[in-house]
Amino acid sequence: MILTTLQVDGAELAQRTGWHLRPEGACKGDLCIPLPPLQEGHLDARVLAERLGMPLVHDATHDVWCLGPEAGGRALTTASAPELVLPDLAGTPFALRDLRGQKVLLLAWASW
Amino acid sequence: MWQALRTELHPLGLEIVTIALDTAGAEAARPWIEAARPDHPALIDQAHVVDELLGIVNVPSGVWINEEGALVRPPEPAFPHRPKYLPRERSGEASSSPPKTLSPRELALREAVRKIRIQPEMYLTALRDWVAHGAESPYALAPEEVVRRSRPRPPEVAEAAASFELGQYLYRQGYPEDAVPWFRAAHRLQPENWTYKRQAWTFADPRQGPTTLYDGDWLTDVEAIGPEHYYPPLDM
Repeated sequence: MILTTLQVDGAELAQRTGWHLRPEGACKGDLCIPLPPLQEGHLDARVLAERLGMPLVHDATHDVWCLGPEAGGRALTTASAPELVLPDLAGTPFALRDLRGQKVLLLAWASW
Repeated sequence: MWQALRTELHPLGLEIVTIALDTAGAEAARPWIEAARPDHPALIDQAHVVDELLGIVNVPSGVWINEEGALVRPPEPAFPHRPKYLPRERSGEASSSPPKTLSPRELALREAVRKIRIQPEMYLTALRDWVAHGAESPYALAPEEVVRRSRPRPPEVAEAAASFELGQYLYRQGYPEDAVPWFRAAHRLQPENWTYKRQAWTFADPRQGPTTLYDGDWLTDVEAIGPEHYYPPLDM
């Protein structure tokens, strides 16, 4: 996730990485990793990167960071579908969760 | 591309959701989506979020999700049919003669594409079975098997994801030249990720040919691994 400051917003972290900030720490699926207390709902990206094993890369020219996915395991840590919300051509957000109760074939493609 | 299958399987309980992985956004995907006129959701993933969350490294990739929101198959090559330019496997059919106007590079491209192996027949057989039988289908995997089959994410792959995302951000902010080193880093860190490569190459050359910006190009990199390995075989 892109950061213009080193303060990570919990809601954006959950949307982008699947890690939820809870009283017991950062949680994804059944896994929870303890974290220091949040400050006004935010956490320092350097702490998060160290605790969760996430790369934190910095572009000095534009003074922007990117916090990458946790390393060391597999792309999927759980079989639960991610909470995806993406726009359609008109820009209208669509939540994958709205299809619960149906089987879904999710297809990634590209114009390139 | 998927509308006919959607028409067939939607009454049986399947919805199809297509997601365009395009840093250039909706306008890049619009011609294809408008031509397909899909009844199913056709979404745009301008930040390549889905690749990172699911471990997708090439397109098209399909993921199956059951009624409870659980993945029952991780990303794998997904074709609804065999494109006309790809011959049927082991059919013995001879290659048609290429047009004489093609350049040597175009001829090499044509040959490489024809050697790509895909298995749409097997994929559709499995998909139809899952739609009919749900959890009883042998193609529906247990949660731990879905996780086990997803791609490994060692530190260099995680860093590749961060580098690619930073490159995309700078590109979208109007700094395409500043994005290049980050795209190059992503390519170096995870060379098997074709989405990283093809997305960046496209910005330098829509035909993904050689440029001064990147070390690789589609034909060179595909020939290096062998076109038959461009997509992994399905493990059904």
